[in-house]
Amino acid sequence: MATQAATMAETIDDRRSRADVRARTPYHWPDADGHFGPYGGLFVPETLMQPLTELREAYERYLSDPQFQAELDADLQDYVGRPSPIYLAERWSRELGGARIFLKREDLNHTGAHKINNTVGQALLARRMGKTRIIAETGAGQHGVASATVAARLGLECVVYMGEVDVARQEANVYRMRLLGARVVPVKSGSRTLKDALNEAMRDWVTNIDNTFYIIGTVAGPHPYPAMVRDFQSVIGREARAQMLARTGRLPDALIACVGGGSNAIGLFYPFIEDSEVAMYGIEAAGDGLETGRHAAPLNAGRPGVLHGNRTYLMEDSNGQIIETHSVSAGLDYPGVGPEHAWLKDTGRARYDAITDNEALAAFHSLTRTEGIIPALESSHALAYAAKLAPTMRREQSILVNLSGRGDKDMHTVAKHEGLIL
Amino acid sequence: MSRIAARFESLRERGRTALIPFVTAGDPDSATTVALMHAMVAAGADLIELGVPFSDPIADGPVIQRATDRALANGIALSDVIAMVRDFRATDAQTPVVLMGYLNPIEVMGYAQFAAQAAAAGVDGALVVDVPPEEGHDLVGALRAQGLDLVYLLAPTSTEQRIRRIGAAASGFVYYVSVKGVTGAGHLDLAGVADRVGLIKSLIPLPVGVGFGIKDAATAAAVARLADAVIVGSAIVSQIEDLAATPQRIPAVIGDFLAGLRAAMDGADRG
Ligand SMILES: Cc1ncc(COP(=O)(O)O)c(C=O)c1O
Repeated sequence: MATQAATMAETIDDRRSRADVRARTPYHWPDADGHFGPYGGLFVPETLMQPLTELREAYERYLSDPQFQAELDADLQDYVGRPSPIYLAERWSRELGGARIFLKREDLNHTGAHKINNTVGQALLARRMGKTRIIAETGAGQHGVASATVAARLGLECVVYMGEVDVARQEANVYRMRLLGARVVPVKSGSRTLKDALNEAMRDWVTNIDNTFYIIGTVAGPHPYPAMVRDFQSVIGREARAQMLARTGRLPDALIACVGGGSNAIGLFYPFIEDSEVAMYGIEAAGDGLETGRHAAPLNAGRPGVLHGNRTYLMEDSNGQIIETHSVSAGLDYPGVGPEHAWLKDTGRARYDAITDNEALAAFHSLTRTEGIIPALESSHALAYAAKLAPTMRREQSILVNLSGRGDKDMHTVAKHEGLIL
Repeated sequence: MSRIAARFESLRERGRTALIPFVTAGDPDSATTVALMHAMVAAGADLIELGVPFSDPIADGPVIQRATDRALANGIALSDVIAMVRDFRATDAQTPVVLMGYLNPIEVMGYAQFAAQAAAAGVDGALVVDVPPEEGHDLVGALRAQGLDLVYLLAPTSTEQRIRRIGAAASGFVYYVSVKGVTGAGHLDLAGVADRVGLIKSLIPLPVGVGFGIKDAATAAAVARLADAVIVGSAIVSQIEDLAATPQRIPAVIGDFLAGLRAAMDGADRG
């Protein structure tokens, strides 16, 4: 096992050497069994153990396969539209006072969010593994759209599980998925949101493992998903690190990203993880306020447990039942969080805070009016935190916010908050 | 020897295949569950699997999901399930009881605490669906310290290497999941099950139970010819659902159903 871990780490290092990050890092997580300290792991029914082993082996193989990497890079460039720019939000920064705020423009990607970075990678893997059917869970619908998109392009069957509550609040994305040829299955069990969609996707996978590839949309789930999705999303941080150096001559003082499952955040953070001078802030959804209990902030107000294949911070009651979450943004409405964030929290490398619905909505309007950029409600949580942090910093300092997606999908939700029906 | 191992040994001596019913604890209420456990033993159950409700049962199909919802609506927690076993033990010291569920409620209670309370109440083992041997080390340790068995699942996808590994980690018996799918899934393929059970038995010494997809007496009898135990869950739980409004009728109706399975299996055992 130890030698296998070393081999895998080396291949990841090869992959990272472009950004020259891992070459000088002692940060080597997860371990060979998928653990980030006490978090992560492989907590799944026996039926899934062998398929997950096959997935891990395939992933490790292609990680060091130059042909696979070249294909992935070409897709990221020509299909996704990478690299995404960094943009100095000059007017907004001036209005807030303090540090300059740069935005990593993942909203400009094809399909409008960071989610496609991951689905492009996993779909390539699915095809290499000979799978003909793709399933996915989705909350905001962004990951569902990104999965339906790559499935359409590769001619793969696609089924997307989506909680009934989310189907209602993200109907435009439901229609997009259907246009792309996916079957959207509304999930009626439990709280009828993202966690229940994940449950249902797992049940589908157990039933159809022979021909089906499950594209998990965030850095949660059983090993190797948290590491694999992180690696696919790390293109965000690799680009951003080089772009900030080129643009400002130094690294940003702080990184900020919203955290649902945590994929856009880890994608930004990971290539900076050894840059100890760079502060990292992950922002969860405080919903109506942490003190109300109506939120989706397991790192801020939960405790460790096991759900969806890994050990991590969860929102649960005193009997270990998972409790309902609340956030204005469907993409953050999840009671767990990727296990690597749990570890980064415990080790203190990253800090996790939370932003309420109202604060996120205010930031949504503020960025829209001052910069002409309509952000996703998920990303608005990160922006709201930047609006608090920037004034406490000096003008020479800089903050890099991951603008993980665009807000077009949220028009109905925001209008409803203003008392309008579109 | 654990109560489970002793039970399988005495069954083997008598040439009888074990009948193991699964019911969700607290569905539709705690008192009914305990009465039902006794009725199932009277009808020929040799061991009882008691489902511990969990909010996110990823390995369960709609029937057991709804049973879980009913139990959770009653506020049933792991400690309540343990209390039901204590009640059951007041008048049945013989029949082994295995708790079947998911890890998180046990994580929250604490492994050592869970093992101690379960053992004190007369629980004999646990089957934790989302704990493969890779993650089971600490849990096995805590259970063993209290003399409890940890029952593991085997699946159609388990390789020979995994079967050996699970055989080494498990005690009591192993549970072969006969279909790729969730509980209550479609029909099992008997020829395939026969092959797999034969392979498992050639690799590990523990008794092998077969479950998932056994819905009627004919299938139970056919599986009885292949395996050491026949495990029936959703077919029972869906009848409980139909009777949820008249819970007092549940023990008798399920007892009759199990007696039918038992008779068919005994025919197979003799044949
Ligand atoms: C735009 C956007 N940002 C963030 C998220 C949250 O996911 P994660 O925390 O995995 O980045 C979502 C999820 O749907 C999203 O659509």
